[in-house]
Amino acid sequence: MTAAATQTRAPVKQSRFMRRALPYILSLPALLMCIGILIPFFTAVYYSMLRYRMNLPAMKGFIWFQNYINFFTDPKFWNTVQISLTYAFLTVSLELLLGLAIALLLQRPSRLNNIASILLLLPLMTAPALAALMWKLMTHPDFGVLSYLLTLVGIHDFKWASDPDTALFTVVLVDMWVYTPFIMILLLAGLRSLPKAPFEAAALDGVPRSFVFFRITLPMLMPYIITATLFRLLDSIQQFDIIYAMTQGGPGDKLLVFQVQAYLDFFQATNVGRSAALMIILWAITYALSNVFIKQWLKLRERAHGAH
Amino acid sequence: MDHTSGLEKILRGAAIALVLVFFLFPIAWIFLMSLQTNETILRIPPSLAFTPIIDNYTALITGQLRTAAGSLQLNFMQNMFNSVMLSVCSVALSLVLGVPAAYAFARFKFRLGEDIAFTLLSFRFAPALLVLLPLSLYFKTLGLTNTYIGLIWVYQLICLPLILWIVRGYFEDISPDIEHAYRIAGNSWWKTFTRISIPLAKPGIAAAGLLAFIFAWNNFIFALILASADKQPVTVGALAFVTASGIQYGQIAAAIIISITPTLALALYAQRYLVEGLSMGAVKG
Repeated sequence: MTAAATQTRAPVKQSRFMRRALPYILSLPALLMCIGILIPFFTAVYYSMLRYRMNLPAMKGFIWFQNYINFFTDPKFWNTVQISLTYAFLTVSLELLLGLAIALLLQRPSRLNNIASILLLLPLMTAPALAALMWKLMTHPDFGVLSYLLTLVGIHDFKWASDPDTALFTVVLVDMWVYTPFIMILLLAGLRSLPKAPFEAAALDGVPRSFVFFRITLPMLMPYIITATLFRLLDSIQQFDIIYAMTQGGPGDKLLVFQVQAYLDFFQATNVGRSAALMIILWAITYALSNVFIKQWLKLRERAHGAH
Repeated sequence: MDHTSGLEKILRGAAIALVLVFFLFPIAWIFLMSLQTNETILRIPPSLAFTPIIDNYTALITGQLRTAAGSLQLNFMQNMFNSVMLSVCSVALSLVLGVPAAYAFARFKFRLGEDIAFTLLSFRFAPALLVLLPLSLYFKTLGLTNTYIGLIWVYQLICLPLILWIVRGYFEDISPDIEHAYRIAGNSWWKTFTRISIPLAKPGIAAAGLLAFIFAWNNFIFALILASADKQPVTVGALAFVTASGIQYGQIAAAIIISITPTLALALYAQRYLVEGLSMGAVKG
């Protein structure tokens, strides 16, 4: 009897072990693949506390938080902060407004609207660096079609990205061209998934449309708007491709956002310590933002599941 | 919504047309540029009256570029090959690693599971240069600079979190009852996973794979830091090409068109998956 009992118990025990180990076995390879990335991350933390210039190796030394403390009195740093925040604020708010407007335009699922929304995916699928090159060709001072179109309306010598006054405008425009469709798609999906009943009731009662929009549509769409905004904010504050491909941070220091500044610190000034400290600060900002984003995103997902 | 007036219909149509012009004009214009000689490109005012030529494309494909300074060898097709190689390999690897992990996160509530999932997702949002700059120094010591293996590993940072989170959402939407029934019928866990779970999650896997491919293809910064000319994908190659070829605008335009065609074609071909993938499972109700 006991022998039989252990015999029947043995496979159960084994499968229980397997059952407990299985999730780890399944997720371990993916984790191991990414864990290597934690090494350069901690290296970056360490570098950020070093006086480390590749052209002056003799000066290398551990200086605790001096790189960070130096930032407080460094106008270059505050320029970076200001430009990054301005860039992120401008791109995200303009893209949100435009994306929402387009989503509302295309809300009704007609054939034409669907084709339009598919075509609007194309800029989003274009590599941002290549999009910047496209716009560079179109804004070229000699033959750029957009420069020419501006002369038709009486604006001559518009220098786009090479003029310190219009450089930010130009890269924001390219960013809008690439990423507005992203917000549009999320909000369109959101709009089309809203329950019909409140809108039908409002139409029956003859409620004015502006009231419907501000009191029904917008509040119900808000979770989608917040998700899309946070997602874009996370990317936009780290923008590198568009700005680097367009002007490499110029003219002057006009477009030296975080990542472009860190790139130049590392490769041109070979100031490893400063570039690492700059990236840690950007990481802290994005980490805080991404925590808010993930929470918001999970909430939205739960809601979508509840409605399922 | 049905009793919209004629005027409103016209206004709506005009607004949509305006939106389409803004978003499609750049692609159309660069395409037209790629079919022109430098002389017609440089005409003021720009005109649509030109005889289309394909010389820019043949020059890129053969690698023989004629510039003002004479003939120049520039192997843009190598960049194209690198893009295909890097994107396809990294997505394939990500799927092999990511789909089982996504399944584990969806089906088992295990300790550390949520932590691991969040850690992997947070990679998606960390600034690229934070890890790339120290990594470039490590790669030099390890001899991984300018190798496909090194690049494909780093590309996992783009592909893996994406696949993990989208596919996880799909697995969570599939009721485990079917799996249980199949298991009770005497099939092994592995057989259940490959015969039942994976086929059911196929749309999610397709969406995630497609999106990961596009993000990998469009990536610029990883290869800018970690690869030199012979391993660079089209995104970095096109920028280098601008510097090298100087004023061969037609060829630059052709290089851009060649580089963006794969992702645009994929997007149009599989737009349904794409839209689902983009919303990351967040907005499907």
